[in-house]
Amino acid sequence: MSTATPIVKGRHGRSRASRRLWSVLGFLVTVVTTFLGLLAITFFIGRVVPIDPALAIVGDRAPAHVVERVREELGLNLPLWQQFFIYLKQALTGDFGTSVLTTHPVMEDIKRVFPATVELATVGTIIGAMFGVPLGVLAAVKRGSLIDQLVRLIGLIGYSVPIFWLGLLSLVFFYAKLQWVAFPGRIDIVYEYTFTPVTGFFLIDAIMQGEWEIFWDVFRHIILPASLLGYVSLAYISRMTRSFMLNELSQEYVIAARAKGLSEARIIWFHALRNAAVPLITVIALSYASLLEGSVLTETIFSWPGLGLYITNSLQNADMNAVLGGTIIIGAVFIGINVLSDILYRLLDPRTSR
Amino acid sequence: MSGTVNSSPSLREWLLSDRPASRRQARLGRAYVIWRRFSENRLALAGLLIILGLIVVAVFAGQLAPHDPTQGDLRYARLLPPGAEGYILGTDDQGRDILSRLIYGSRLTLMVIILVAIIAAPIGLLVGTVAGYAGGWVDAVLMRITDIFLAFPKLVLALALVAALGPGIENAILAIAITSWPPYARIARAETMTFRNSDFIHAVKLMGASPIRIVTLHVMPLCTSSLVVRVTLDMAGIILIAAGLGFLGLGAQPPLPEWGAMIASGRRFILDQWWVAGMPGFAILVVSLGFNLLGDGLRDALDPKEAGQ
Amino acid sequence: MNMLSGKTMRMLLAGAGVTMVMSLAPQAFAASPADTLVIGFAIDDIISIDPAEAFELSTAEVTANSYNLLVRLNPDKTSEVVNELADSWTISDDKLTYTFKLKPGLKFASGNPITAEDVAYSFERAVKLDKSPAFLLTQFGLTGDNVTEKAKAADELTFTLTVDKPYAPSFVLNVLTSTVASVVDKKLVVSKAKPVTPTAEYKYDTDFGNEFLKTGYAGSGPYKVLAWKANEAVVMEANPNYFGEKPKLKRVIYRYMKESATQRLALETGDIDIARNLEPGDLAAVSKKDGLATTSAPKGTIYYISLNQKNANLAKPEVREAFKYLVDYDAIGETIIKGIGEIHQTFLPKGQLGALNENPYKFDVAKAKELLAKAGLKDGFTVSFDVRNTQPVTGIAESFQQTAAQAGIKVDIIPGDGKQTLTKYRARQHDLYIGQWGSDYFDPNSNAETFSSNPNNADDAKTKTLAWRNAWDIPELTKETQSALLETDAAKRAAIYEDLQKKVLADGPFVNIFQQVEVAGYSKKLKGFKLGPSFDTNFVNTVSKD
Repeated sequence: MSTATPIVKGRHGRSRASRRLWSVLGFLVTVVTTFLGLLAITFFIGRVVPIDPALAIVGDRAPAHVVERVREELGLNLPLWQQFFIYLKQALTGDFGTSVLTTHPVMEDIKRVFPATVELATVGTIIGAMFGVPLGVLAAVKRGSLIDQLVRLIGLIGYSVPIFWLGLLSLVFFYAKLQWVAFPGRIDIVYEYTFTPVTGFFLIDAIMQGEWEIFWDVFRHIILPASLLGYVSLAYISRMTRSFMLNELSQEYVIAARAKGLSEARIIWFHALRNAAVPLITVIALSYASLLEGSVLTETIFSWPGLGLYITNSLQNADMNAVLGGTIIIGAVFIGINVLSDILYRLLDPRTSR
Repeated sequence: MSGTVNSSPSLREWLLSDRPASRRQARLGRAYVIWRRFSENRLALAGLLIILGLIVVAVFAGQLAPHDPTQGDLRYARLLPPGAEGYILGTDDQGRDILSRLIYGSRLTLMVIILVAIIAAPIGLLVGTVAGYAGGWVDAVLMRITDIFLAFPKLVLALALVAALGPGIENAILAIAITSWPPYARIARAETMTFRNSDFIHAVKLMGASPIRIVTLHVMPLCTSSLVVRVTLDMAGIILIAAGLGFLGLGAQPPLPEWGAMIASGRRFILDQWWVAGMPGFAILVVSLGFNLLGDGLRDALDPKEAGQ
Repeated sequence: MNMLSGKTMRMLLAGAGVTMVMSLAPQAFAASPADTLVIGFAIDDIISIDPAEAFELSTAEVTANSYNLLVRLNPDKTSEVVNELADSWTISDDKLTYTFKLKPGLKFASGNPITAEDVAYSFERAVKLDKSPAFLLTQFGLTGDNVTEKAKAADELTFTLTVDKPYAPSFVLNVLTSTVASVVDKKLVVSKAKPVTPTAEYKYDTDFGNEFLKTGYAGSGPYKVLAWKANEAVVMEANPNYFGEKPKLKRVIYRYMKESATQRLALETGDIDIARNLEPGDLAAVSKKDGLATTSAPKGTIYYISLNQKNANLAKPEVREAFKYLVDYDAIGETIIKGIGEIHQTFLPKGQLGALNENPYKFDVAKAKELLAKAGLKDGFTVSFDVRNTQPVTGIAESFQQTAAQAGIKVDIIPGDGKQTLTKYRARQHDLYIGQWGSDYFDPNSNAETFSSNPNNADDAKTKTLAWRNAWDIPELTKETQSALLETDAAKRAAIYEDLQKKVLADGPFVNIFQQVEVAGYSKKLKGFKLGPSFDTNFVNTVSKD
């Protein structure tokens, strides 16, 4: 959702403040309707799934009359629209029902698994930006050279590779053969029951508690899946960096700076990159959002106990409350990040804040 | 080649003429310029070759495949390594020839891409042009719907949809198409907005054309070229989503040799028989890379500013 | 931040009850937990660990290791049941009343004494809650209205159970070894029970502690369950009040691992001690690896392909027979289920009373074609096949798809997740279905009742056996199956079951393929690990670690 439509210059009659108010209001309406639509679509998808939700509660071997009774208890006999309004009312208060799989409220489950996904996506994005930005700059500076082509190819492969396949192969190589990294999950079973996370981000928790051994263990767990996600975002980030840098390098101020005799390195890394930074932040934010989604497959491969695994597991067990809750959260985060990058763009971009 | 303008012009010069005598000449001329820019890009040419190769393999699958893609020899030819007699890329857990399955699988890959494109692109085109041309509340409503679909993570929405529709390649295609149209609608709308107030649309309006006629006959054709580029660029993504669905067991039904599903079934043997999952993954990578290279080259050729050259 | 403040913070948070991982004792594990057994296990079938509600295979093992029964199946000799909480039992002459004397002085993990009151309460709550496994008890005529009369404490250590018909005692006792009859700590459960508003469906004003026991524990077994986290782990700790031999290891963790390859890797790297869901390829690799070993035990689970008789083609007797010739049993036995199953075509698993071990059918396309021609289907037909996305059923289904094609039958596989295919199967909307049936208790009636009886073939029937699910209308066989229940002479009873198996084998809509052999790969550091004959006899309290 690229809502980055520049604010239209108001007519003289309207004051600047009211113009701003209107634009904020319109923006809010957009966000709210989008969110409601998200809720509605997820709900109706959930209700047409040809799986008996009662089965998820009573298990595969339950006798028929038990299944029947649970169906009635779940209110599955109410008309669809009535079920939707009940669902809507509850969802707006953060109540997505109870997951039959874990027996906990879905929201509670999501609070537990979501940090895992965020941690993975964050480390992935950091890796992606750390390598993607310099590669993009390099490609722009050496435009048309072999390096440029190479960066382009690396990026395109990142766009083209099935991440679950790369994950499988790297797991075989780095875990089974070389034993460099740890697997599966986020943390070794030895620590799992002694380590008390505070923030839910294990790396930060381990540092805060000074548990360096645990930090190393967590790091060994996260590095491989995060690198894979990082590669995917690197592909996007390096490409966009290149394009923004090319744009900046052709600007007049660069020519002026060169004329002034500034060093090329200073021009590139300081002046041009700083100006390219504004759109770049938007790009990184968007790539971050897409990593949250990309983690669905990655988490499946790496048994990473995050939201993606939670959704696929729930899907396989017909735990529709959990699937819907998870989908809505991912959708909401998507909307949120888009809104955020939009706001950032407006705040930081000199052209729009002027 | 002669340098004087007056001598009988070569084909190249005719194409490159800056004063084309006919519309056809102008069009062909532009295409030629684009082709020249495109063919200078070796990576893009490689992409084109890969895609042409894919099409050839798909068309002649029956002639190229050494074995039946669905009938295997469970007892005597199970999990043979690449290079085993008669099986260049080895066999899978049902004793089927992996090469033959990849060859036939190319048909499924092509089918998915083409069907998704011909379902999603027209929907996007219709929604976008109508919204852009009509403006007002029609625009607002249509764009809100588009935004809602855009707010969904593609794979998660496709997952939920396939779960609802039931497994099978047709449903996977439908699900991917449903998740793919919103960006096209946005592009079409943006394009339409630029034409809406142009003189020639006004002219058509004055001649008394109905809005439906204007949209379908005059606006839509103008939007197609940018849409085609975008669809080409999206094809790799479509392949990956289809493979992801197949991998999660929601794509093609067995015994169809869909590449994602082949990885899923080979996953169990990854430690000892890497080729079962390795080969189809490699095929996906190559084809999807081909589309990306092609799309990338096309974009650069059509819009040199973007590439900064 | 330094160590001290980290610890202080942790304590503060623990005090505030914010600990994310269940409040597990503060004692830290050593780097290599020598006192802990870590088992990689696909425990995703667990939906509750309340013995009155749980009916899943992994839960059976957890319950068996953490709760006690009056009597238990003898894992070394499956034809007999042995005392556990019971000191002795007697059966009245009319075969209606069973009297159990409890061992004196036994305690629950909580420290409460184990009395006949607790036994009676366990039966009462199982029957009144009426969850999935309740039918095991209600089949003896127990109902919510009469359970307190029929299953009651005569005195502190005497429990009597009154059944409604003079069943074969072996049948009743075998059923009582199933996990639903586990004895819960009445005092503890009652204190945790939540009041509910009675409804037309549920007439009681308490939940009998169901919500608490879904994830909680109130037993007396060798291990107590500390926590179950769905799709993550089950953690058990030695129960200091256990009356039998003390468990060797302090802690047992069932770690959720779905895939065979993952389990094998984790076993090889030493992350887990036992891998429980190995597939043939990984099993073979583990058995060849230094420091690792494998073990196996046949289980009472039968895998079958069933033919819905609502489909006109499949209802023809010749077609039913033809399908039995279209499975390549030998090839499947040597590849897809090698080591994890044995070809088995009758419906009673090996080891149960009266089980026949006959496998008359072989893969024979010519014979199948002949039968199809006789049925007027010379040119074959198309039929759909609902298959779960799990191994080995997917592999078998794909193999069958290929072999059936050779006889002109086009099989259209519809893959689905478990719940999806099962929803269809239960509604009788399938054509072909591949499933497994695990005996609910170690008595031939469990399988006979489902494979060879169908009291009412109507769509709204109350009893929905496998025969019903495939719309196989068999009044004669149903009667015969019911007669076996009341046959007290073991030899005669066995003869009835043999006859039933032969009839189903010849004419039934079930193409039985194999009997499951449960396998495990384990580290040679372990001593005393073995698998039992049923899922509720896989005990871990005997395992020690070097």
